[in-house]
Amino acid sequence: MKRCLIVDDSRVVRKVARRIVEDLRFDADEAADGQQALDSCRRGMPDAVLLDWNMPVMNGIDFLRALRREPGGDRPVVVFCTTENDMSHIAEAMRSGANEYIMKPFDSEIIESKFSEVGLV
Amino acid sequence: MNSQDFEFVAQLLRKRAGIVLTGDKMYLLESRLAPLARKEGLPSIDDLIHVVRSRREERLIAQVVDVMTTNETYFFRDKTPFLNLREAIFPQLAQARRGSRIRIWCAACSTGQEAYSIAMMLDQDTSLTGGVPVEIVGTDISDRCLERARQGLFTQFEVQRGLPIQMLMHYFTQQDDHWRISERMRQMVTFKKQNLIDAQYGLGQFDIVFCRNVLTYFDGPTKGDVLGRIAGTMNSGGFLILGATETTSGISQAFEPAQDRRGLYKLAERSVQAA
Repeated sequence: MKRCLIVDDSRVVRKVARRIVEDLRFDADEAADGQQALDSCRRGMPDAVLLDWNMPVMNGIDFLRALRREPGGDRPVVVFCTTENDMSHIAEAMRSGANEYIMKPFDSEIIESKFSEVGLV
Repeated sequence: MNSQDFEFVAQLLRKRAGIVLTGDKMYLLESRLAPLARKEGLPSIDDLIHVVRSRREERLIAQVVDVMTTNETYFFRDKTPFLNLREAIFPQLAQARRGSRIRIWCAACSTGQEAYSIAMMLDQDTSLTGGVPVEIVGTDISDRCLERARQGLFTQFEVQRGLPIQMLMHYFTQQDDHWRISERMRQMVTFKKQNLIDAQYGLGQFDIVFCRNVLTYFDGPTKGDVLGRIAGTMNSGGFLILGATETTSGISQAFEPAQDRRGLYKLAERSVQAA
């Protein structure tokens, strides 16, 4: 089974996202900020990361840049999932190594559509 | 809603749009007419139907038909038709139509996502048609949908269904809380009003017709009539693309299924001779 790391400082968002990715037949792990996510990736790289932008301790974009410098850190498919919905944020995310980008609010259809764009489902 | 009112609306829809509304669709009728009643300042659906029946006002009748048509669509819906375009249709037509042009019709195009998907696909890979120019025509029965399609303005939700982020970045600009497709893409597509149950289509001849998830709303004879008229608009060697669950088999002799390509049909040669 593929593993998806859900990174968001909102427990509610993590819970909603978990239910959606589990329906898509992923094992779900959770992290509440970029540092926790990085620690989790160092223990074992997930297949996918669903990534919030604004979080305490370490934000999503800093996590992404750090992840891509890790050994094997080029492998996980990273899908941003954030309220930042302007073109400059999208462009910065893609430049920094994101694979897809979801603008909140999201639902199961959007996650499934975006995961299929990047070959996860 | 009483059964007489239901029967009245069902007949109206059949006559105006060919849509078959069976008794089990009462919930659909109620959920879609309620917002229209509110918009018209009427206290209930019953009042709305009473006004439609007594005044026979064309504007209101058109709006009832409009809200009852299904406008579900999204960018690159179902993927397979676009794969068929790329792998089977364009390579053949690039040869056959050399020195001429390829005309594509998106029948019942709703808010335009299908037509714009084709436009973006062609723009991304100009070699697809080997330099043969392409004209895309989108038609729908709904003025409301056509207006949105012409504007090329989509909600944040709509641009996240089926559209890769790279395409959003490349072809769209943000306008307040909406996204607008580029002027260049809008110029590749013409939108016109066309009711598919009309006896004649004044749209010219086509090489490719997309008619997906439309026939399913019509009764058997209407399906056959519509397919016959579509065949009449097609050039020899033309292709028809239907929805994933639809078929021409048992409905129309004008088309034959393309081998190993789900949802893809070729205009039967005898149909060209007969036309």
